[in-house]
Amino acid sequence: MKLTALAAGALMIAAPAIADEVAPGDVVFGEYGVVETSLTGVVGDPAAGRDTFANRRLGNCLACHQNSDLANEQFHGNVGPTLDGVGDRWTEANLRGILVNAKNVFPNTMMPAFYVNEGFVNVREDLAGQTILSAQQVEDVVAYLMTLHD
Amino acid sequence: MPGYTRKATLAVLLAGTVMVAPALGDESAELVIDGETLITRAPAPEHMENMSEIMSGWLFRSSETQAVQMDDFDNPGMLYVDEGLDLWNVVEGEAGESCASCHGDAESMAGVRTQMPHVNENGELWAMEDYINNCRTERMGAEAWGWESNEMLSMTTMISYQSRGMPMDVQIDGEAAPYWEQGREMYYTRTGQLNFSCANCHEDNYGNMLRADHLSQGQINGFPVYRLKWAGVGSIHRRLRGCITDTRAETYGRGSDELTALELYVASRGNGLSVEAPSVRN
Repeated sequence: MKLTALAAGALMIAAPAIADEVAPGDVVFGEYGVVETSLTGVVGDPAAGRDTFANRRLGNCLACHQNSDLANEQFHGNVGPTLDGVGDRWTEANLRGILVNAKNVFPNTMMPAFYVNEGFVNVREDLAGQTILSAQQVEDVVAYLMTLHD
Repeated sequence: MPGYTRKATLAVLLAGTVMVAPALGDESAELVIDGETLITRAPAPEHMENMSEIMSGWLFRSSETQAVQMDDFDNPGMLYVDEGLDLWNVVEGEAGESCASCHGDAESMAGVRTQMPHVNENGELWAMEDYINNCRTERMGAEAWGWESNEMLSMTTMISYQSRGMPMDVQIDGEAAPYWEQGREMYYTRTGQLNFSCANCHEDNYGNMLRADHLSQGQINGFPVYRLKWAGVGSIHRRLRGCITDTRAETYGRGSDELTALELYVASRGNGLSVEAPSVRN
């Protein structure tokens, strides 16, 4: 009880200092394209991440990936690898890096970069300068993926 | 070339275990219409460096959709052929002529589809729609038809139908070469916020599932196509625009130089496959 209160207190103090989002152009990539630092400083919400993952207008991840945790959703794609157990195979930093820009990890991948906002060819005008997901949505999806175990 | 058989097997395996169950068609089926067998598989044309076999989109559709195309009485695209035959004989415009006045029977159009798009006498690449509208405005003194109008779709479907069963054979060298290069460049350029090229789906991943969509090679030998999703026949440029829009890119207008060049390149990837017009797809 006491520990929880202490932790909560620490978070409240820490939050304002790190709440600023990392802009897409300022993301720091490590070896193999990993992104160690949270994009927002706010802990990802796995439940919100699950919604973003499944939403066809947001992550639309099922277009390409099979995921047994969402077996209630019809038609899972198989262009990319299955995501069953993905939380066992990758670290949080790996997954964040892949979501932000998978091409840093797999140079020829078809996977879209979900937190990149420039360098696209002929991008739709209303989407110019936009990322596919927000920084917090990326953090939420990372948190969700980390819950997927074999 | 992607391991097509392996991927297809994987798709079937997945279908058994997870919620991946759109009806996959029989990829070994033969497309027979009125006793004639159409060419749905052929060796890839020499210019295609990454593939060895080309396959009609018919092979990727469900058995039910395949069956509709095999029966001209069931195929709703045949209504457009009938309408096109009627229009062929309609006198319109200041010159008081119909298509038939100059061209005779519609059967004289056999082979035309196989060579479209084609460079005209002024060195410009024209799609079939351009040739039709040129006849209307320059020879008949009539109004041009809209690219996606029912009249244009009926006429292109009927003219294409005259070549049904004949192998696609568009020219890619000589005067066509620069247009073909432009189209090829477009095919392999990743565009839009999703950053996909045509090749990402239709060369690297045909046979795989994109959600409920069984990815085909994106061949256009079947056009004009009766698409169940459209509940009607649509043009090649309409379909190309749909794919480009799906990448979250700005797209090009029907009849634009860009889409006509892309049409030529995509058509050339189907050289050797039968014209299927009017084909049926989902």
